Amino acid sequence: MRFKNLLATTAAVLAAGAANAQMSDGVIKIGVMNDQSGLYADVSGPGGTWAAKKAVEDYGAAAKGLKVEVVFADHQNKPDIGSNVARQWYDVDKVDVIVDVPTSSVALAINQITKEKNKVFLGSGPATADLTGPACTPNTVHWTYDTWALANGTGKAIVETGGKSWFFLTADYAFGHALERDTKAVVEANGGKVVGAVRTPFPGTDFSSFLLQAQASKAQIVGLANAGGDTINSIKQASEFGIVEGGQKLAGMLMFDTDIHALGLKTAQGLNFTTAWYWDANDNNRAFAKDFSAANGGKYPTMVHAGIYSSVIHYLKAVEALKSDADGAKVVAKMKEMPTDDKLFGKGTIREDGRHMHDMYLVEVKKPAESKKPWDYLTIKKTIPAAQAFRPLADGNCPLVKKS
Amino acid sequence: MLFELIGIPPQALFGQLLLGLINGAFYAMMSLGLAVIFGLLNVINFTHGAQYMMGAFAAWMLLEWAGVPYWGALILAPLIVGATGVVMEKLLLKRLYHLDHLYGLLLTFGLALMIEGFFRKQFGSSGLPYANPLPGGTRLDFMFLPNYRAWIVIASLVICFGTWYMIERTKLGSYLRAATERPDLVQAFGINVPRMITLTYGFGVGLAALAGVLAAPAYNVSPLMGSNLIIIVFAVVVIGGMGSILGAIITGFALGIIEGLTKVFYPEASNTVIFIVMAIVLMVKPAGLFGTPK
Repeated sequence: MRFKNLLATTAAVLAAGAANAQMSDGVIKIGVMNDQSGLYADVSGPGGTWAAKKAVEDYGAAAKGLKVEVVFADHQNKPDIGSNVARQWYDVDKVDVIVDVPTSSVALAINQITKEKNKVFLGSGPATADLTGPACTPNTVHWTYDTWALANGTGKAIVETGGKSWFFLTADYAFGHALERDTKAVVEANGGKVVGAVRTPFPGTDFSSFLLQAQASKAQIVGLANAGGDTINSIKQASEFGIVEGGQKLAGMLMFDTDIHALGLKTAQGLNFTTAWYWDANDNNRAFAKDFSAANGGKYPTMVHAGIYSSVIHYLKAVEALKSDADGAKVVAKMKEMPTDDKLFGKGTIREDGRHMHDMYLVEVKKPAESKKPWDYLTIKKTIPAAQAFRPLADGNCPLVKKS
Repeated sequence: MLFELIGIPPQALFGQLLLGLINGAFYAMMSLGLAVIFGLLNVINFTHGAQYMMGAFAAWMLLEWAGVPYWGALILAPLIVGATGVVMEKLLLKRLYHLDHLYGLLLTFGLALMIEGFFRKQFGSSGLPYANPLPGGTRLDFMFLPNYRAWIVIASLVICFGTWYMIERTKLGSYLRAATERPDLVQAFGINVPRMITLTYGFGVGLAALAGVLAAPAYNVSPLMGSNLIIIVFAVVVIGGMGSILGAIITGFALGIIEGLTKVFYPEASNTVIFIVMAIVLMVKPAGLFGTPK
């Protein structure tokens, strides 16, 4: 009741060129749906809308005679609100593709609606690997990262360096459950064991009680299967309650640069985590970050922003090649057929199950003394090649993948 | 024996009770401010959460921009935020006293959204770091008690008791209480009632800001911190009885403990348990535990 469907709609009609008759109603309409105001708003939020617009601009849609419009909406991390917006967008507002959608519970709902309406869903924000697993559809591409990749990157690295026993603090919804499940599988496959877990209400403020339970478990590693404000509060309070001094280590299973910014390097230093993209990794990324920062009040882009940019570019390529955006499944089939290539994610492919394949990075948070400039937070320790970074095709139980 | 029955080792139980008390300290301070404001102004101050957040941000700004350390902020931030409350009362709230409660609620709720939106625009939603002024802690038999958390409990007990004493036991407090019952009569005795009401609102807002400063080193300083807390605090006020000072304090601490225990026995329900208690209390005592039916 309180925050009524803020279907804020911006118009960024970037082309006045010749109307393209093949496009459904003449316009390619991109709907960016994410958390515009809550705890995940810095992870993508308004910056995500900017990234989508930037992609349209860099693609040169106008010069190519494509009429593209970008709209956005706030799903408030609630599946019912997200579903309402999606139906309104598809049925009334003629939106052709929904991008981003962090918060796995909302993304799973959008995934179904998109299939039902035969449109396209490009998930940059959501984490759950189910989107390319049991819930996979011919209309969805999962772009940036997933719970399996995070678990595999961070979980494996930690178990290999001796962190054998784990206790989880798990955000109590689809995302946390998937992340806990996938990490547990990696830990156990590598000879470690999970001694316990606690499901924390989402979103939470005080984690001290759960941290105390983690402490009592005597596990070597406290795995944080949560994100955004939940992760920040858990780490901040873990430092206060002497979790690390007591000999236990924290493992943030999903972390973003914005979380490190909020924690400060003093508290966050030494944490290891897995990411799909880092702004300071190469010149292209730095240029993107510079533009982003100038347009977004000094904030820096996360991997989700980069993923939105990259996925929109590839979508436009496929639509241009097909000369039509009307049939969502056909567009996605075309996207899978064409290799991906853009300045932020480089060369890659999209697999049969909708998984975008690219390298992932294991990173470590710098010490305060090592940070030389604003947002200079991470050191890349290891590149995980695409083929190893994501769940093998056969293990996902995606109905689209034919069993041989 | 009993501990074995319920499956929780006594150490863990004591630890959780203490943590519940710490969270309860915040509920108590916040609901105290609300109770003072409702008791004297008859306004349901929905801006309270935003004002708590402003207190935390004021502490952060004082530190980052003016180099004022935590202990200075503890005094300055409530004064600054309290002053904004005074301005708000003078400009806006004052005009609503003769109307239904609902108008005050709508105004303060709208303002809360605007304030939060402004801070989110300026500082982002992930929040800002604020260093712990009392690092370290004491290793008790049953848990590690961070010094800062111990300070929170002590500070909030002093604040709560001080406020209760001032309102219930001093001459100034008696004026305040009289002014809520019969403002016209008190005015006739030569007391400036409108100014007293303005200052009371400023004081209630200052209390929220003080809780915000106390929260800054423990929780994430973020624009959303207030809205996460305010709903629970309203439930606390309703359970304690609208406008009852003592009720707000006692229920605040008690519910902190109940919530803390839920976090051990059934963590999934820990954010709903307070509302379950609220529903039960409203069924049995509609005016709240310490409220008097009107």
